[in-house]
Amino acid sequence: MLRARVLAPFALLLALAACEKKKPSEATPSGAAAATGAGAAPAANAPLVLGHVGSLTGNEATFGDSTDKGIRLAVEERNARGGVKGRQVSVKTYDNQGKQEEAALVTTRLVVDDKVQVLLGEVASKRSLAMAPIADKHKTPMITPSSTNPKVTKEGDTVRPYVFRVCFIDPFQGTVMAKFARETLKLQRVAVLRDVGNDYSVGLADYFLSKFKDLGGEIVDDQSYKAGDQDFKAQLTAIKRKKPEAIYVPGYYTEVALIARQTRELGLAVPLMGGDGWDSAKLYEIARGALEGSYFSNHYSPDDPSPRIVEFVKTYRARHGVVPDSLAAQGYDAARVAMEAMERAPDLSGPAIRDAIAATREFPGVTGVITLDADHNAVKPAVVLKVEGDTGKFVATVQPN
Amino acid sequence: MSEALVEFLQHLVNGLSVGTIYALIALGYTMVYGVLKLINFAHGDVYMVGAYAGFYLADLLLPGGTVQGDGVAGAMVRALLVTMGAMVLCGLLGYLIERLAYRPLRSQARLTSLITAIGVSFLLEYGFQLQPWGFMPIEFPPGPTPRFFPELLPRVALPLGDVNVSNYDVIGLGVAVALMLGLQWIVYRTRFGTAMRAVSFDPQVAGLMGIPVNRIISWTFVLGSALAAAAAILNAVPRPQINPLFGLMPGLKAFVAAVLGGIGSVPGAMVGGLVLGLAEEFVAGYTASSFKDAIAFTILILVLLFKPEGLFGRVTVEKV
Repeated sequence: MLRARVLAPFALLLALAACEKKKPSEATPSGAAAATGAGAAPAANAPLVLGHVGSLTGNEATFGDSTDKGIRLAVEERNARGGVKGRQVSVKTYDNQGKQEEAALVTTRLVVDDKVQVLLGEVASKRSLAMAPIADKHKTPMITPSSTNPKVTKEGDTVRPYVFRVCFIDPFQGTVMAKFARETLKLQRVAVLRDVGNDYSVGLADYFLSKFKDLGGEIVDDQSYKAGDQDFKAQLTAIKRKKPEAIYVPGYYTEVALIARQTRELGLAVPLMGGDGWDSAKLYEIARGALEGSYFSNHYSPDDPSPRIVEFVKTYRARHGVVPDSLAAQGYDAARVAMEAMERAPDLSGPAIRDAIAATREFPGVTGVITLDADHNAVKPAVVLKVEGDTGKFVATVQPN
Repeated sequence: MSEALVEFLQHLVNGLSVGTIYALIALGYTMVYGVLKLINFAHGDVYMVGAYAGFYLADLLLPGGTVQGDGVAGAMVRALLVTMGAMVLCGLLGYLIERLAYRPLRSQARLTSLITAIGVSFLLEYGFQLQPWGFMPIEFPPGPTPRFFPELLPRVALPLGDVNVSNYDVIGLGVAVALMLGLQWIVYRTRFGTAMRAVSFDPQVAGLMGIPVNRIISWTFVLGSALAAAAAILNAVPRPQINPLFGLMPGLKAFVAAVLGGIGSVPGAMVGGLVLGLAEEFVAGYTASSFKDAIAFTILILVLLFKPEGLFGRVTVEKV
């Protein structure tokens, strides 16, 4: 840890140096083109570029992978209908391996070298937080498909001008689960186990905790872990002693699945509860049945009978062979909002596209009707899913107040 | 049993189970330090490689990732084969690291070796994060996405009243104690051990007395690395997530365990590992769990301040 921290800056410098060396060969043609006609389109038919920053590998690999598939599906459909302003759209995706510093690095690369029109990403709030200042600084609009932490679009009291999201935020998601636990499941005693190194998890735990208490419930224990931990038994043993009726674990799927297994190994048979960070086919694979009967809040359910969702699930399945998780659906929506805004914008400069995105109203997304509010958040309902076998079965939809 | 007692005993079991792993890694640290006075910072990453070696071997021997009905005996044989295989592969890696990274620099200042060790550590950590090479028959290097270790043996719960113990915990502790005793026997009862101690005392004079110093040092690395592989398999079966960076923390903690026990001492490493595991478990269980990782380093500071030779170490007087 100590060693990594001391040496990380050097490693970063090395990485930067490596990028610097690579840049000339890659960027000379476009750099020259930009110099001749700054602002004006260098070639009228050159494709418009959406830049995606995602975790295609690493601890949360399925997040980036699903989102990318969703984005590409949306772009393919749009291109088949003639693209945006008569031009084709292409997607440039960089992997950040699930690391914050890597996310910042490739975001800069997309903005400075690749000159993308709109940035899409990240799923994880902590990596979106690494990207947001870069988007603002370079006046490139950014839409995060699934980052739910409020700080992503708002720094203190000021709204980040270029950063938007097409999902609900943690205060809503956390309270949804608290209400569900208290009013539907009638739970009285719940323990919390949060990932202290993760803005998303800490945020959700806080909102859950305060709402659950407001509704008359009791938080019997509040323990923490860190992503990458192998052993959670100390925390779980302490929790077990407090006899909770459920444990709220708002983390990401890799750790949640391991936590679930160790919970069962300690002979604790209560359901776990969590948020959209659970949503991955890997969750069920790793947990090997340990999550049966647990609940999590999510953006949409692929079982939903509404025609928009049925249609999306059908095309996605035909294209990729799997049922789209909510991250794929959110990626799909984010790309569509971006392209629709580019179509409406008077020109393709950053500020013009930004204004068009900010003006998004009543956009028919797969994950709900998207209207961006003054804080750049989408106001959308959430669903609660129950783990049954290898899927999350739809239990309830919760509307925002 | 009262609830408080059950909780205490459960923490005890959990702590021993984690401590066993630290102890096994610490044994490797302590041996190399004992012989070479070199802190092999790449040792934690050798442990990581051990887990991956086991993962790939298990994949070859048991496609599908689960034990399929050929009984406990079949599973045991396979578990043993996977563990032995990983130990052999890691031993080989230890040999290569010593031969290529440390031996050429052995006559240089001690700091040079330390820096090389950090270099080897980074090479393994980041090398394993590369995307798989196309020409390999298996998916190697594994890349940064975590892999999940298959269940080599079915998990059997051994309930002790309300305390949950599994066969993994028992096997882990048993293997660790056996390996420690074996090591102690090698160091104090064999010709190789005598040679090791002679090299540790003074490599130059040992060489003059006809001891093959290079070979002794190579074998020390092979032995230490094989122990790391055993630790990795014992850890990865009950806690199945493995990734290229997961040797970092256990490596540092095992180093602390070795220092706590008195670096260079074999029983010291064992006791240091178990004490550290228990300390972490009790601190996380009875106070805030976010203190868990801080404990190791608090212990390191305290030991260095008050008993720098460690629990089992001998006081050495530096001659100026």
